[in-house]
Formats: sequence, structure tokens, C-alpha cells
Amino acid sequence: MAGEADTTIEVLPAVSHIPRWLAVSLRFARQRPLGAAGAAIIIIMALAASLADVIAPFDPLKTDYARMFQPPGANHWFGTDAFGRDVLSRIIYGSRTALLVGFSSSFFSATLGAILGVGSAYFGGRTDLITQRLMDVLLSFPLIVLALAVVAILGSGIMNVILAITIPMIPRCALVVRSTALSLRRTPFVDAARALGFGHARIIFRHMLPNVMAPYLIMLTAFQGQAILLEASLSFLGLGVAEPTAAWGLMLRGAAVEFAERAPWMAIFPGVAISLSVFAFNLLGDSLRDALDPKLRVS
Amino acid sequence: MNAEFKIQNSAIVEVRGLKKYFPVLSGVIAQRVVGWVKAVDDVGFAIRRGETLGLVGESGCGKTTTGRCLLQLDRPTEGSVLFEGQELTAMSDEELRPLRRQMQIVFQDPYSSLNPRMTIGQIIAEPIRVHALARNGAKCRDRVAELLHVVGLNPLMADRYPHELSGGQRQRVGIARSLALEPKFIVCDEPVSALDVSIQAQIINLLEELQEKFSLTYLFIAHDLSVVRHISDRIAVMYLGKVIEIADRRELYENPLHPYTKALLSAVPVPDPLVEAGRERIVLGGEVPSALNPPVGCVFHPRCPIAIDECRKAVPELREIKPNHWAACIRA
Repeated sequence: MAGEADTTIEVLPAVSHIPRWLAVSLRFARQRPLGAAGAAIIIIMALAASLADVIAPFDPLKTDYARMFQPPGANHWFGTDAFGRDVLSRIIYGSRTALLVGFSSSFFSATLGAILGVGSAYFGGRTDLITQRLMDVLLSFPLIVLALAVVAILGSGIMNVILAITIPMIPRCALVVRSTALSLRRTPFVDAARALGFGHARIIFRHMLPNVMAPYLIMLTAFQGQAILLEASLSFLGLGVAEPTAAWGLMLRGAAVEFAERAPWMAIFPGVAISLSVFAFNLLGDSLRDALDPKLRVS
Repeated sequence: MNAEFKIQNSAIVEVRGLKKYFPVLSGVIAQRVVGWVKAVDDVGFAIRRGETLGLVGESGCGKTTTGRCLLQLDRPTEGSVLFEGQELTAMSDEELRPLRRQMQIVFQDPYSSLNPRMTIGQIIAEPIRVHALARNGAKCRDRVAELLHVVGLNPLMADRYPHELSGGQRQRVGIARSLALEPKFIVCDEPVSALDVSIQAQIINLLEELQEKFSLTYLFIAHDLSVVRHISDRIAVMYLGKVIEIADRRELYENPLHPYTKALLSAVPVPDPLVEAGRERIVLGGEVPSALNPPVGCVFHPRCPIAIDECRKAVPELREIKPNHWAACIRA
């Protein structure tokens, strides 16, 4: 049959009517419901952040001294704060800050960490030794202490906060990626690339980095939660995002502490927002690790 | 005629006194070298242009390390590797890059020798692009299709990923990739050991065809003696980091001089029960000693059936016992 070969080629892509990414996501959701729950919360957060102008019932910056300390009710679902600002609107706008800081700092730290980790494993020897000891020095400080030090040097402001969170997280990714890259360094296709006379940069970026995607993605997700928490902590300590920008850590500060007994909603709702988002990112990160790491995969 | 004869027989690769020692480290912070694994210890041979030199020996005898040292994938501890008269061991990675076009390697494991994130087409096109061997994208694609055709694959395979291919097909891709640079010399590092017997024959035949077509020189590393016998012109036998015998294929199989080679050849089963039953087997006692602490004198003496006191004292030199038949044994 002459047409047979043609038919098989035609049929193969048509077998799955749904796109591949959707099929993969659905399978992930079925196998790891907790991870899917985390992903759902993150999607809601992302929607809230991008549509903040549309869905927020009030202007998050508009003060109204006639409506100070209003408890949660029909008009202000989450109540109002010491300046009469709507807490719900501030939480919705605050998700922008959280996601911006969370995403950019985890992206920069995971990417730089991955490049450092792969480079360190590829060159080996003295380069590896020096890089790793430098990373060890950075690792020996708790995240928040190092972030505080960076902010103390650079001053506050959103860019500096991102930088302050990025720097201490770099070695954490570098360490994980390096261990994967070390075994990759010994695989024949990397040897083949060397035998073919490819340059170091080509081998690192084209042959090794794409093959450490699994730990990279896991780090990227897991760091988001930590970065959001760190941003909130810095803001709470007055070293992060400055008033009147809506940020969750900032909402827990000042009046929220002072009036915690009289107006607990001022602290409870942003606190819940922080916990929920960190929880969601950690859930997704854990599930991703389980799904992507073949060593942990259960058949 | 004489001049031509000389050119044809001149060595393309010459190895002298090659040593590769791997340090054994101990300690957590300040690492100390507590010993050396002598993977390759004073190896010397030459590969003639256009021939296939078989390199045999059991696992761990240093044959793969020798191959890697030839291509400077592992830098030798000592010794010299001459490729067409150029000393490779003294060159930096940058200086080696243009020479890489002329010497290539085919790996044992067809599964891990291809980057899983690249399509077959990308894998084969990459060396062509990097070394700027094609003038434009279309030329490059043509070349990839041609190479796939040469190794017996359908050019449509270019869009597939390695995991979609069988072991034999992957090995063909590996061969196509090394051919992309039009090399003169290819190290075949056990290219068929990981394949089914039927596929082995196909790959061996392909390698022979390609050798004829592109006048290639092979260093064929293997532990399967029948495969080596089939493909090689000359054969070198390694034991514990040393070459102990080199001879033409026929000479080596019919007239082995070194006791280790004799034992090795007697272990090859003959596919005839009558011959097999009447055959004398030389069974060696003991195990291969550790390369970390090789025996003094001849490395083979603890297991050698004909060893004498002299063997414990001096390391036997590889010497030409018959014309073109070299062995490292004082009793040969």
C-alpha cells in the first residue's frame, strides 16, 4: 500500500487533540493535586496583580479620614486601615509588589546561580574550588541577615530590595545546579562537544545549561516563596518598599502593630496573603521537584 | 614508487611514553594525594595512515583512557602524542581547536553521547556551523541530509530527537556527527559494545564502508576479540595500563607471543563444538591487580604461567621479536 506511510505520518500528530503543554499540565494536576492547588493560588494571584486596576474596589492610596478603622463589612470586605484606606484593595495592589519582587529576584538569582554552578562544574579544578568557597561564605549567613546588609549598603527602594534578595539566593541555586552539572560534565555528549572543538561558552550555554533545566525550574519556583517572604520581612522592618506603595509587609507595620487589638483585620489579612502565597509557591516547588527529578520519581 | 610507499606507510598518529595517572585524594579540606591510579603507564605505538589499529584488553586496562589522551580529552600526565608530526600535548585548548577537525571520536554509549535537548539535525549541523564549513543555512541543511544519507539514515530524521531513535540509529547519528568535520582519524571507543549483535554487524560494516570512502584511519577500541579481528589491520593488546603486544592481525591471532595474549585468545569461544571440545584453554589464576598498586617488574608476572624470577625484577620493554611483531615479554 502506497498510502500507508503517508497515513501514519498524518495520524501521529493528530492523535492528541489537545496541545502538549495542556496535556502535561493536566497530568501534573491529576498526579499532584497539592501542587495543582499551589498553582491555582499562584494563578489567582497573578490575575489579581495584572487586573488590579479593574478588580480593586477602591484606590489603594486614597486616604479617607472619615472611614478609619472600619471593620470588615459589606462596603470594605477586609476593613480599612489607620488612614481609611481599603485593606482589600491594598492587598490586591500589594500582590503586584510581591510578584514583581518575587519573580525578578528569583529569576535573577536562579539564572545567575545556574550559570555559576554550571561554569564551576565545567571548568573544575581551581576555578571550581574558589567559586564554591565563595558560595560557602555567602551561604553561611542567614538569608535575611545578608539581605539586610545589602539594603544597609545600597539603601531601600524596590530595585535595591530585588538586588538584596537576589544576592543571598544565588549560592543556593549554584550549589544545587553544580551537583547536577558535575555528572553532566562526564557525559559523552559534553566530551563530544569538546572533541568537536566547540568553545567553552557554547558548551556551557548550549549543551550543559539546557540539561539542568529541572533543578533550575524547581529553584525558580521555590525561591519565589522565599523572595516574597523576604520582601515582606524587609518592608516590615522598614528597609524594603517605602510607603505609600501597597506592599504586604508594609501593611503589617506601624499602625497595624499599634492597633492590633482594636483593628486586628489590618494585620490578619495581609498576613494571610503572605502565608498563602508563600505556601502556594512552596507547594508548587515541591511538586515540581517530585515530578521533574527522575531520582525521586515513583513509577 | 618508493616515495609513495613511504607516504602511505607514514604514521598519522604516533604515541611515545604516554602516561596518565589519576590522583587518589584523601581528606576533606586539605586534600592530599595518597596514591596514583596508573591508568596508562608508558604506552607507545604508531597508527599508519589508512589502517585500523585495534586496541583490545579487559575492562579497566586503560584502553579508553589511551583513546581520550590521544584526542587530549584527558590531558596525559607525561609522554607525547604526535598527530601528523604535530605535538598535541603541548598545545592549549585554543591551539587544538583547528586540529579537532581532523580527529574525531565515536563513543560507546549511543544514549548519552547525544544531547537530549537537540534534534538530530541540530546535532549534526552544529560542528559544521561552528567551523564555518557551510556558506549558508541551505548548504548546511544539504550537508546534514547528505551525512545522514551516508550513514544510512533517512534525511527526514533530522527533525527527530535522540530519544525517538533506537540504539543503532543513535550510533549512526554519532558517526555522522564525527564525519561532519571530514576528519582523517577517528577514535572508535567501543562503538558497538552497547548494541545488539545484529546491529553490531551493521555498524561495523558501515565503519568499514566509510573508511574506504573517506580514507579514514581508525583506532578501534574494543574488548570483543572477534569484532576486532574482523575490522583491524593491526592489533595492540593492553594489560594493566601497558601495551604488551602489537602485531598484524593474522600474525597476532595465529602466533601470539605474549602469554597474556595467548590466554586471551584461548578464551574466545569457537562456534564449532568439536573444535571447541578439543581445544586447549589457558585459564589464568587470580584477578587483575589494582592499577593503584601494580606489581613490580612485569605487571603480568603474578598470573603468568611461564614467569621466572627475572620477571619480578625488571619491566620488560616492548621489543620487536619478529618483523612487525612486538611483545613485552622476556620469555617470548
